Amino acid sequence: MSMILNHVSYVYNPGTPMESRALTDINLKINDGEFLGLIGHTGSGKSTLVQHLNGLLLPTSGEVYFNGADISDPEFSRKELRGKVGLVFQYPEHQLFEADVFSDVCFGPINKGLSKKEAELKAFTALKQVGIEDEYFYQSPFDLSGGQKRRVAIAGVLAMEPEVLVLDEPTAGLDPAGRDEILGMLSNIQKDRGCSIVLVSHSMEDVAEYADRIIVMNKGSIVFDDTPSEVFKFSDELENMGLRAPEVTRALKKLKEEGFNVDVSCVNVRDGVETISKCFGI
Amino acid sequence: MLRDITLGQYYPVDSAIHRLDPRVKLFGTMVFLVSLFITDNFIGYIPAIAFLITVISLSKVPFKYMVKGMRAILFLLLFSVICNLFMARGDVIFSFWKLSITKQGIKTAGFMAIRLSFLVIGSSIMTLTTTPNHLTDGLEKGLSFLKIFKVPVHDIAMMMSIALRFIPILVEETDKIMKAQMARGADFESGNLIKKVKSLIPLLVPLFVSAFRRANDLAMAMEARGYRGGDGRTKMKPLKYHANDAVAYLVLFVYLGAIIAIRVIF
Ligand SMILES: Nc1ncnc2c1ncn2[C@@H]1O[C@H](COP(=O)(O)OP(=O)(O)OP(=O)(O)O)[C@@H](O)[C@H]1O
Ligand SMILES: [Mg+2]
Repeated sequence: MSMILNHVSYVYNPGTPMESRALTDINLKINDGEFLGLIGHTGSGKSTLVQHLNGLLLPTSGEVYFNGADISDPEFSRKELRGKVGLVFQYPEHQLFEADVFSDVCFGPINKGLSKKEAELKAFTALKQVGIEDEYFYQSPFDLSGGQKRRVAIAGVLAMEPEVLVLDEPTAGLDPAGRDEILGMLSNIQKDRGCSIVLVSHSMEDVAEYADRIIVMNKGSIVFDDTPSEVFKFSDELENMGLRAPEVTRALKKLKEEGFNVDVSCVNVRDGVETISKCFGI
Repeated sequence: MLRDITLGQYYPVDSAIHRLDPRVKLFGTMVFLVSLFITDNFIGYIPAIAFLITVISLSKVPFKYMVKGMRAILFLLLFSVICNLFMARGDVIFSFWKLSITKQGIKTAGFMAIRLSFLVIGSSIMTLTTTPNHLTDGLEKGLSFLKIFKVPVHDIAMMMSIALRFIPILVEETDKIMKAQMARGADFESGNLIKKVKSLIPLLVPLFVSAFRRANDLAMAMEARGYRGGDGRTKMKPLKYHANDAVAYLVLFVYLGAIIAIRVIF
């Protein structure tokens, strides 16, 4: 799998008074088996960017290459691409429509052209992966709780077994426990299946914990593209963009300023606790 | 996709037409529509064209944008023109098989084409230059005399403004759900008719669910904020006539007079 965005720009409603530029000169390469975090202030173009990854939006200028083929090419099958790059939208539970949970999850694999048997097998695996128990399989998706609906919707995309899984704020509106469960589950799926994951999030703690690499967007452009500990060194710049380094990193920075010998490159609580313990010799 | 249907969507610029009181625009549209049907010869359309051109250029809405919105009703227009062309009886000019084109047919078809396209352009100018809120305010105030006959003017206006307000939201929602299902491999374009209709289910079910949810939420929110119908309700920005509205009324009456005069004279 290889996915490359080359000088991609996107303008909404070109040629009308509602014209608005959402992306400016985006260059990005998504590597195999990578967990990529995408952060940015609201309106910075994250959702617009991820819709380019599966060809729902085509660049106004620039190119998107999937395995070396330009996805804007009329010959290129974008339907096939969507089976390989699974996109879970913001509030995906709003897309549920079938009479029962199980058939809803089968929708994707069947569209992909799999037989009913195969599709059901994939749906079963996907539902198990997201932690939905058998007892819910034949219930109406509308009778589930918000968090369960969210999982079913994610399973609907997982069941297509994409090579790249893109999630647009999958944890918005969930409680902390639900959030950790979904992110932990994604991390496991990535390790089991070796697929790449692109996670759009507003929570610095979440991306710091799970992502190998972070992309920071501001006003339609990529500002930073590096490992979490490198990116969060720029806490002042982030603050100017309406973002914040994780609480741990900021706390460590304060300690350092006060003269304690701690490692400020820690981005998650676990490492933070370790460096503080070491500093105080406990 | 769906967003391309511009028919009557508010076009945000500042122009003399945009600034007019919505009551004037409602009245003006009515006058214009009536004038189209009063006219029974081609001379009568000269003031109508002049009127339309003046209003369009004053409104600062690009003509191209207006016409783009008309594509949606092009089929309807063609259909009625063709029907009129073949239906009318009279002096046959040309005929083949069972169909014949008559002189009268051409004339009525011509009238029909002019009337329909003017009608659509005329009424879309109103919605292009007036926000839905203004429009319903204008309707409520303009029709308030009907209250004497126990017509629930306020409720109708409120329903209308909510419906209008929801159109862009629903369009956006449709777009979103369509994309979400396309991301799951749904295909809304190819296949035969039955397949196409079937492919709409994954779109329509979530759309209805969300429309009902929104309606429910809105009703709740309105009640929570003490909405209890129109009685005793005041407006933050009550409609008031200004000098330019008086001028507009004057122009409208002159126009109507001219149309009637032409009808009587020719
Ligand atoms: N369908 C649309 N039509 C017109 N403009 C749009 C549309 N969708 C987004 N935009 C504009 O594009 C810009 C980027 O929006 P986008 O949804 O990509 O932001 P985002 O980073 O996902 O924000 P959030 O964190 O709030 O989800 C915004 O300025 C927005 O107003
Ligand atoms: Mg977004």
